[in-house]
Amino acid sequence: MHGTQIAALTAGHPAGLTDAFHLVAGVDAALTRGLARVGDEDAAALAGLAGAVATTPLANLVAEAVDKIIAGSGAQEYVAALAGARSAVLGAVHDALLGQLDVALGRSRTPWVPIPAAVPGEVSPALAAARAWLSEVAVAGWRGVDHELVAGAGSVVEAALAVPELRRLAVLLDGLAAELRACVPVAMMSQVPQRRWADLWSRGVLLAQDTAAGDAALSVTERVSGRLLPLAVDVHEHDTAVQFQVHALLEPADGGSTRLVRTAVGAAKVDSIVGPALWRLLPAQPVLLAALAQRRGVLVADVPIRGADMPWRDDRARLDEPVDPFAAARVLLPDALAAAPHPVDRHPAGIAEPVLLEGYAVSGQEGRLTVELDGHRLAVTVDRLPSCGPLTPELVAASSACLGLLRWDAGRWLLQPMAVQATVKRKIVAVHTGDWACGVTDAKVAKAEAKAGDAVTVLRERAGRLLRR
Amino acid sequence: MVRVVAPAQPRKLVKVPFVELADGRLQGVVSSGSDAARVYVSSITASTHAYHCSTNNNRPCGGLRGAPCKHLETLANEAVLQYGFDRVARYLRVEPDVAVNTGAALLHSLDARHEPSSAAVVFSRFLRHLSYLEVPGSTTSLPELHWFPSTRTAR
Repeated sequence: MHGTQIAALTAGHPAGLTDAFHLVAGVDAALTRGLARVGDEDAAALAGLAGAVATTPLANLVAEAVDKIIAGSGAQEYVAALAGARSAVLGAVHDALLGQLDVALGRSRTPWVPIPAAVPGEVSPALAAARAWLSEVAVAGWRGVDHELVAGAGSVVEAALAVPELRRLAVLLDGLAAELRACVPVAMMSQVPQRRWADLWSRGVLLAQDTAAGDAALSVTERVSGRLLPLAVDVHEHDTAVQFQVHALLEPADGGSTRLVRTAVGAAKVDSIVGPALWRLLPAQPVLLAALAQRRGVLVADVPIRGADMPWRDDRARLDEPVDPFAAARVLLPDALAAAPHPVDRHPAGIAEPVLLEGYAVSGQEGRLTVELDGHRLAVTVDRLPSCGPLTPELVAASSACLGLLRWDAGRWLLQPMAVQATVKRKIVAVHTGDWACGVTDAKVAKAEAKAGDAVTVLRERAGRLLRR
Repeated sequence: MVRVVAPAQPRKLVKVPFVELADGRLQGVVSSGSDAARVYVSSITASTHAYHCSTNNNRPCGGLRGAPCKHLETLANEAVLQYGFDRVARYLRVEPDVAVNTGAALLHSLDARHEPSSAAVVFSRFLRHLSYLEVPGSTTSLPELHWFPSTRTAR
């Protein structure tokens, strides 16, 4: 990424962005007070949302839903239409922001290829339970969430977790419920994280529709073979889930253009498993872990891919030669072909575009870091440096090259570092978030980990002894 | 995009495999020192400061002699390690003296009383907790986890 590209990215917001967020904020305030108590202000906000989608296929559905909600109905179908409309507005924001990014970086992106919507199969009791709970929450409003309502999420999550196709919904609801549990009674909170909770709630409602699950199963149509060059890994976690998302370049065996792809592996966990122990939850993916720890390429054969997302198949992957991710990014990333996400996934919070920055200066004020390149500045977020890797804010501050993700949060573009080249004791070192994928390589940290004992083993022993009796 | 709840701090799990602030109680499970197949279920209610400790088969803990037993002390200490002292004190609705700085000391500073309660609720939450480790892993993307970045805990 050049200085001029930073300038183009941060020059201004896409047209309509402020209006769109104003609209969303009104809806979020209504969801905070609850759909059982729609006042004049909330009614105006909901009507505004209906107006925003009036020229889309959602028009009639949303207009009717908003009328009924204002009149006091909390029926599931109307609540779903509300979530759909809010998601559509943020989807448009996503598209505008990603468009801005693509223009600034000169990045080409293949559009999403729609496939016929899946025919809803049998009625899923797990989905019905999730829809009922999400509607109940919307009617009560965040301010009305109490112990009883939060406790109601338990059986919903349990049912969804038991169905592999509903993993996304289960993980989302579990994360939301844990936050609500820690905050009840929400009425006593000075400030409700209403944008965040409304985001999670809306996505939950979409994923809880009967058509949502079938789509994932049907959606893989393309298969590829080739050489995968991992760039870096982005780690996500809440109390009961962890995900390692590897951003990589794929050189197709058939000689097509290099593609920017990602593959993710994840595991269920508990809150007391944190830090480098997280890697130990992935015993079934030795090839991926070795590729990250040893910075090696991977040869993949006949693996499914949909857009930019490759479901990981360790049995179809083989370790290849060592690859320097910085060198690979320098040569191949500028012309790599990106892909648009699944329509449901279009949300500003989902934007995570790999970039390489080199030769910059870092400045820091009050713990906020900024990189400056040719006089153009980009803010750095160190809140997303994972607990399971060696990358620290100090290393980022001492860095001169960075492989990171461009994200959009709180109204601006941010750089999330995933790997850096930094000067430590007058030597240039490369530090990646995935360096400890096969075990901690830092003697001091390894010693501390050993002293704390192996959380995963202890809990598995307890589970083995107590669960199967 | 910051997580609403701070991630748990790492701690040794051998003695206390499970501790949580939930259902209006500081509650958890303490492994028996002598019998690997036995666990003690200990809890203290936030609103009343009523405490209890028993085996998972509801046999009362022999250490309860008019005061919280060592299992409850250990549980409170581990809760402080996992959640931090302030969060535990806040959950138990107390503003302790500055001299009180461990979980066990916090426990003894309360005007607590013994009141038998069923171990079943807490124990089933522990089993539910353990059952997460039996959930198979996933190899497809979970896009919603972008709302939940992994973040460094203070070391």
